[in-house]
Amino acid sequence: MTDLATTPAPLQTGTPLVEMRNINVAFGGVHAVRNVSINLYPGEVVGLVGGNGAGKSTLTKVLSGAQRPDSGQIMVNGTVVDIANPRDAKAYGIETIYQTLALADNLDAPANLFLGRELTTRLGNLDNDRMEDATRKVMARLNPNFHRFTMPVRSLSGGQRQAVAIARAVYFNAKILIMDEPTAALGPAETAQVRNLVRQLKSDGIGIFLISHDIHDVYDLADRVSVMYHGQIVDTVDKANVTTDDILGMIILGKKPGEVTQTELDALELRS
Amino acid sequence: MTDVAGVPPDQATGPWQSIANLVRATEVDLRQFGMVIALVLIWVVLGIANPSILRPVNFLSFSVQAASTAILATGMVLVIVSRNIDLSVGAVVGFIGMFYAEFMAHFLPENLGFPINHPLVWIIALAAGTLLGIAIGALQGFLIAYVEIPSFVVTLGGLFLFRGLIWQLSGGTTVAPDDPTFVLIGGGPEGSLGGTLSWVFGIVLCVAAVFLIVTSRRQRMRFGFPTRPVWAEFVVGGVAVAVVLLAVYTANSYHWPPGLATQYAVKHGIVEPPGGLQIEAGIPFPLVIVIGVTIAMTFLTTRRRFGRDVYAYGGNPQAADLAGINTRWTIMKIFILMGILCAISGAIASARLNGGTLDLGLGYELYVIAAAVIGGTLFAGGVGSIPGAILGALVMQSLQYGLGFIGFNSPQVNMVLAIVLVGVVGIDQWVRRRAR
Repeated sequence: MTDLATTPAPLQTGTPLVEMRNINVAFGGVHAVRNVSINLYPGEVVGLVGGNGAGKSTLTKVLSGAQRPDSGQIMVNGTVVDIANPRDAKAYGIETIYQTLALADNLDAPANLFLGRELTTRLGNLDNDRMEDATRKVMARLNPNFHRFTMPVRSLSGGQRQAVAIARAVYFNAKILIMDEPTAALGPAETAQVRNLVRQLKSDGIGIFLISHDIHDVYDLADRVSVMYHGQIVDTVDKANVTTDDILGMIILGKKPGEVTQTELDALELRS
Repeated sequence: MTDVAGVPPDQATGPWQSIANLVRATEVDLRQFGMVIALVLIWVVLGIANPSILRPVNFLSFSVQAASTAILATGMVLVIVSRNIDLSVGAVVGFIGMFYAEFMAHFLPENLGFPINHPLVWIIALAAGTLLGIAIGALQGFLIAYVEIPSFVVTLGGLFLFRGLIWQLSGGTTVAPDDPTFVLIGGGPEGSLGGTLSWVFGIVLCVAAVFLIVTSRRQRMRFGFPTRPVWAEFVVGGVAVAVVLLAVYTANSYHWPPGLATQYAVKHGIVEPPGGLQIEAGIPFPLVIVIGVTIAMTFLTTRRRFGRDVYAYGGNPQAADLAGINTRWTIMKIFILMGILCAISGAIASARLNGGTLDLGLGYELYVIAAAVIGGTLFAGGVGSIPGAILGALVMQSLQYGLGFIGFNSPQVNMVLAIVLVGVVGIDQWVRRRAR
């Protein structure tokens, strides 16, 4: 992880790539996301962490168009936008790599990469050859060892599947990338591969929301970290100013580092 | 380039493996290849049991009988691939079949004053029946996709409803006759292409097959993709051409029965030569329709967005949703398509009987589902193919027709079908588990 030091932290000035303001989502009586505001600048990785049910996934679903917010505003490049469905989100350059990968296991890599956005001939027929060609080109960049272009993705390894999911975002020139637990299902080598990819995308000026249980993933890759607790943002901190223990404390206790009492810290020590 | 079709060194052991590898080089689906072999074996055994079954006339009546279920099976594949089921197809076929008869025998002449035997009757009836099929499919599809009632329930309801409506519509009797032109849809000596047109039809199919093989290879080479070996291209093309030409030859070697030929001679003022007029029957219209439906459905599933959406939904409904696919509308379209296929199948079934009977299409749903499953369609969704379903329908119908021909009674035939159905799926599971 030595190359991290050479990547300068981007300046959080100017217009954010994306800004979510006062987002609220409730399911029945459960307030899954409560008055959350968060933003993301070009070339920046913002880690989104929190325990199970903290509201991370719901919040990102709002941005990716999979969940309508009850109230709140989304701005892309300073303009208020309406994101009603995944198609809208993609039109604004927002791509999502889901925890469950959202691949159709029975289809091959090109079919998955172009799912919902197939290349067609002038007569509207699927141009399978052109899609395979494009897939080969993208994959040559992401995972040069990948050759199984005509096999159902069911037969691929976790890392290869993740590469297909990421290729989808890369091919369609994502400006804003949401990665939901990108390394959860991967072995160490594949995790390292994905981490390198994240750095590469970041240096291309893409803004990334990184959702992860893995504090180390987040700490290594993120510029800022937003901690969610019971549907609210506890705080958004510059990584440079906190330790992994601080973040852990925020996740578990739902309080900013300064607000945590010594008794609470002691209790935490006992638990860990 | 490890995915180049060829012989991976670690698999080329034993005679069976090398055969499998040769087949793999042609990129022909191994399972479908196995079904073709099974089909050939079935007919060889039937031919040994009773050689007269191999006469051309039997192939023709067999193909006409298989037509109705084969057409429906292509639609059932999409229904099952999308994790649904359609139990109503038999009843809908019966209902639309009865509708055709009622429409031509009573409604057109009596209510609209349309002259009987008017040359346009058949096409008007077909259009009306197709619209009816679309309406039925849209209704069932809407309830399944938008109201979210399980397809099993909706189409079970459809089965009861349309079986009931058949009685309501007909007053509980057989309704006949259909229009004389419409009857040709059902096949028979007159409902066939005839000798010359059959050859033309066959040659067009051959040219199309060769054209497809050549353009697809050119295209892959243009992009620098791996291609199958040249010999494999020739084998695939050669087999396709041979099968088509053999089918045309078989169809043409059946001649019109003498009585019918004499009628024809008298009607057209032809002096019958000694030994009677020999008229080649050629490919029956139902078979032409099956071939057309197969090509259209294969195209729809592999080359159109609709087909891709259906398979994506079947593989992972959530992924399809997140990819921005309008999944509800896709499901509804599948059932509308099924309605159209029911209208086509109903036309063939009704035309064959020259009228509408109360038990038309009875039990079709089960044969059609069985055909799709034998053809490799998985109930878990996402897997299944049109050619597979056609092969499945052919296996089912071959057993039904052939075993009946060599003297099995229908309960015995059903027991054999049961063994084949469960056996095939059992073998499938075994192969799948071993492949893991």
